[in-house]
Amino acid sequence: MLRITNLHATVGDKPILKGLTLSLNAGEIHAIMGPNGAGKSTLSYVLGGRPGYEVTGGSVTFQGQDLLALDPHERAAAGLFLGFQYPVEIPGVSNVQFLREALNAQRKHRGETPLSGAEFLKIARAQAAALNMDMEMLKRPVNVGFSGGEKKRNEMVQMGIIAPVLAVLDETDSGLDIDALRVVGDGINRIMRKPDKAVLLITHYQRLLDYVRPDFVHVLADGRIVKTGGPELALELEAEGYAEIAA
Amino acid sequence: MTALPSRKDEAWRYSNIDALARIWPLPAAENVIVPAGATFARTIVQDAGGVVQLALSIGKNAAAAIHVLNSGGDYGRVELNVTLHEGADFTLGCAQIGGGDQTLEIITTVTHAEPGATSRQLVRSVAGGTATVSYLGKVAVARDAQQTDSEQDIKAMLLNRSATANAKPELEIYADDVKCAHGCAIGELDPMGLFYLAARGIAPAAAKTLMLQAFVTGVFEGAADEDALIEAALKKLGELV
Repeated sequence: MLRITNLHATVGDKPILKGLTLSLNAGEIHAIMGPNGAGKSTLSYVLGGRPGYEVTGGSVTFQGQDLLALDPHERAAAGLFLGFQYPVEIPGVSNVQFLREALNAQRKHRGETPLSGAEFLKIARAQAAALNMDMEMLKRPVNVGFSGGEKKRNEMVQMGIIAPVLAVLDETDSGLDIDALRVVGDGINRIMRKPDKAVLLITHYQRLLDYVRPDFVHVLADGRIVKTGGPELALELEAEGYAEIAA
Repeated sequence: MTALPSRKDEAWRYSNIDALARIWPLPAAENVIVPAGATFARTIVQDAGGVVQLALSIGKNAAAAIHVLNSGGDYGRVELNVTLHEGADFTLGCAQIGGGDQTLEIITTVTHAEPGATSRQLVRSVAGGTATVSYLGKVAVARDAQQTDSEQDIKAMLLNRSATANAKPELEIYADDVKCAHGCAIGELDPMGLFYLAARGIAPAAAKTLMLQAFVTGVFEGAADEDALIEAALKKLGELV
């Protein structure tokens, strides 16, 4: 589904990714762990197409398409969902308006008919309920005044509504308390643990992986994958630290 | 004023004098007297260029609300001269949306002549291209006008670095028990916000429109024709992004 080959990327002329190679098949959940500054967030932004994150070499294909040739909104319409480490506040724009516009823009791009307000609200209600989020919060401006945990939960509600093919989740677990972590973990499983979907989970800690069991764990250090293993690798990392494993 | 102003005149310092010369001399300003206890509302849509001048005298415990969409022509200027009597209330909600080489401006003089009056000015300007959008606003509080409560809330958004926004709130206060709040901000659309919207599938122009819509349309709150104003503002924003 996603094939990253020898990817090099710079941020403001500073090389961050230095030959990263990684493949995900449909039905798989991959976790990427690694020390601060290894390039984890850069990888997610490069996949999402954030301006300023310049690819200087390598390739990324997503379902057979050249992902890097697409604009960020086209990547979303192609089925890529980027979960933000720091979800952005958009004052004055309600969640409901934002998400309906987003979903319908994606549907239009794919040649599908747009959803009516009622159809959209039905989906939104179901997803909000599944993630214990009050509908009132969905009527409020996007992420404005939300706590860190509420923002991450909102990301999962968005993912549920948009129903992507591939989710790249950048530290979705940071800032979550134990209960919220379980809710978010359950959300990832419910929405994305399917034979035709895949997840790239970027995380610092093992604890999210107790809820979302990865098929593969990769260690990212200094811009490359330096080690790949099964779920047990995450436990090893937790016990021994990155320095030991990445050395 | 009979002689054509120049940009040395403070109230015309950001104006398009060439465009002004073509329509000079201006007709006399419209004068409206709002009687004591009455309410008055007016919507001004400046969509073809020109100068709108309105003088309002708001009587004791009367209220006036003006909503403005200033968006059309090479040069569009709205001038409001407001005098508040005891306990009167004045509200202004103004959006200015300019692109190309448009010059759009709103100039207000709000005089609190007597005690206990309130005024609130909310102005949101958007400028693209090489447009210039300006707000010059003076609040004058007379010696006896205690318990005055006035606010100027002025923000402008520049769509690119070649556009210009000017904001000049001015206070002239002779009373000592007053509340005069004023805030000005000039900024650009948050690039991270735009990327966030794009990452959810919203194309760049639609993302900008969505953010600008949120920025601008609140000024029309309470207008009788709020929906029509929002629609006209969105149409203009759609042309700019």
